[in-house]
Amino acid sequence: MARNVTNQRKIINTTAAWAVGLLIFFPILWTILTSFKTEAQAIADPPIFLGFDWTIENYKAVLERSNYGRFLWNSIIIAGGSTILGIIIAVPAAWSMAFVPSKRTKDILLWMLSTKMLPAVGVLYPIYLLCIRFGILDSKIALVFILMLINLPIIVWMLYTYFKEIPGEILEAARMDGASLKDEVLYVLTPMAIPGIASTMLLNVILAWNEAFWTLNLTAAKAAPLTAFIASYSSPEGLFYAKLSAASTMAIAPILILGWFSQKQLVSGLTFGAVK
Amino acid sequence: MATQHSRSAARLMMAPAVILLLGWMLVPLTMTVYFSFKKYLPLRGGDLGWVGFDNYVRFVTSSAFWPSVMTTLIIVGGVLAITVILGIGLAILLNQPMWGQGMVRILVIAPFFVMPTVSALVWKNMFMDPNYGLLAHLWEFFGATPVEWLSQASLTSIVIIVSWQWLPFATLILLTAIQSLDSEQLEAAEMDGAPASKRFAFITLPHLGRAITVVILIQTIFLLSIFAEIFVTTGGAFGTKTLTYLIFQRVLESQNVGLGSAGGVYAIILANIVAIFLMRIVGKNLDA
Repeated sequence: MARNVTNQRKIINTTAAWAVGLLIFFPILWTILTSFKTEAQAIADPPIFLGFDWTIENYKAVLERSNYGRFLWNSIIIAGGSTILGIIIAVPAAWSMAFVPSKRTKDILLWMLSTKMLPAVGVLYPIYLLCIRFGILDSKIALVFILMLINLPIIVWMLYTYFKEIPGEILEAARMDGASLKDEVLYVLTPMAIPGIASTMLLNVILAWNEAFWTLNLTAAKAAPLTAFIASYSSPEGLFYAKLSAASTMAIAPILILGWFSQKQLVSGLTFGAVK
Repeated sequence: MATQHSRSAARLMMAPAVILLLGWMLVPLTMTVYFSFKKYLPLRGGDLGWVGFDNYVRFVTSSAFWPSVMTTLIIVGGVLAITVILGIGLAILLNQPMWGQGMVRILVIAPFFVMPTVSALVWKNMFMDPNYGLLAHLWEFFGATPVEWLSQASLTSIVIIVSWQWLPFATLILLTAIQSLDSEQLEAAEMDGAPASKRFAFITLPHLGRAITVVILIQTIFLLSIFAEIFVTTGGAFGTKTLTYLIFQRVLESQNVGLGSAGGVYAIILANIVAIFLMRIVGKNLDA
């Protein structure tokens, strides 16, 4: 039985936690606020927090830059494509490891994890060269494929952890009731696996959306996603704070929202089940 | 239970993932090792023949090598110290009873979902700019001279930016671990008169040991290869050239592929040393 907490202590906890929370969140909040200011208000001294004339001019300006839509589209294709491709390859693998485990299953899982530890910069030139040879440098297909490969170990691991939680007895019961293998997969396993697959996809979209080593190094004008679009604000456009903020807000908003839904999966997904 | 038939089916289902990852690992790795033994300058003559271990020696004896190792250690060490210590504090705070716990948690986790180029640029321009940055205003408000963060305190700045990105990760994992702590144990200790400091040192901290190790190992692997944060802030200037960045410059900027590949092999070995420890912990957990 948990002890009763005095209201006074709860008030102190609440105040402290909210203060720290807002402090950590502040850079994001400030970016969002600045995106609605005029450029002059954005660099006003002293800084203006809320008492400014809200405007959506910056968003219009960023959207009117002829190519914004393409960067966004590239991000969607690269993050979405690599995730879907990864799931298609990982589901059967995780499935068989969870339901037909052999002596080597554990070794294979650990080996897959070890490929994730390969530092990207160590293989930068070979990948760069291969992309040139195959004529896919600065193409979405190259990034879809590479991001799928770097995240595949995480996808397999997460799916494996979810699938293992599906009790085998249910399958046996279905079999006794005369379900064929097809029925078993379609009507028993799939519905139970969908939540796990969905959260794996969610985490993977986030990771792929934010990936900034391969996307910066292997793209130029054609296939660059939002990470590269923002990097192009480095200078001198970065000094237009309001527009930088509007571009940043648009680049992070979808992932912030997706991310908040997937907090729980984040822990097991990124620690490979080592912390539950 | 598994029949011979289902076993071979299982192998077939695993094959695509295994073959792809094997190729992803072996092909580029072999190429890197191959290039590392060559004098290879794509823009200045191409493949100029075998040079043995020359590149390996030249990479570690170049004047940029040791500074880059130091920079890497400072960034990784600094970020680890900050995120783990603040992460423990935050996890304990967030685990207390309060109003709006879920909402606070969302606020704390948010930075993790911000793409690295955005967080680096927002910090660089809107916070650390010596003229218009918010920190400059703050310094002026207290009558101090604003700091030129990214040139005068470049490493500190990078550590601050990267810590802000990774604090949520450390906090979230430590919070998950703390929530599995048996609260009755803590209550019993409190009833027996153990002060908060002792309850923390002898119950909470040991319980967190494993989670802290996991946080350190996983973050080290990611922190060793941070790139975008340096790329868009200093571009490797002002002493912020990490090992990763140095290799990137050798390979893509100065197109000295042989030398860069030797550096790459060093980076791979370094990452593998960390990885071995992580794999042990994960492997143990698989048995349990």
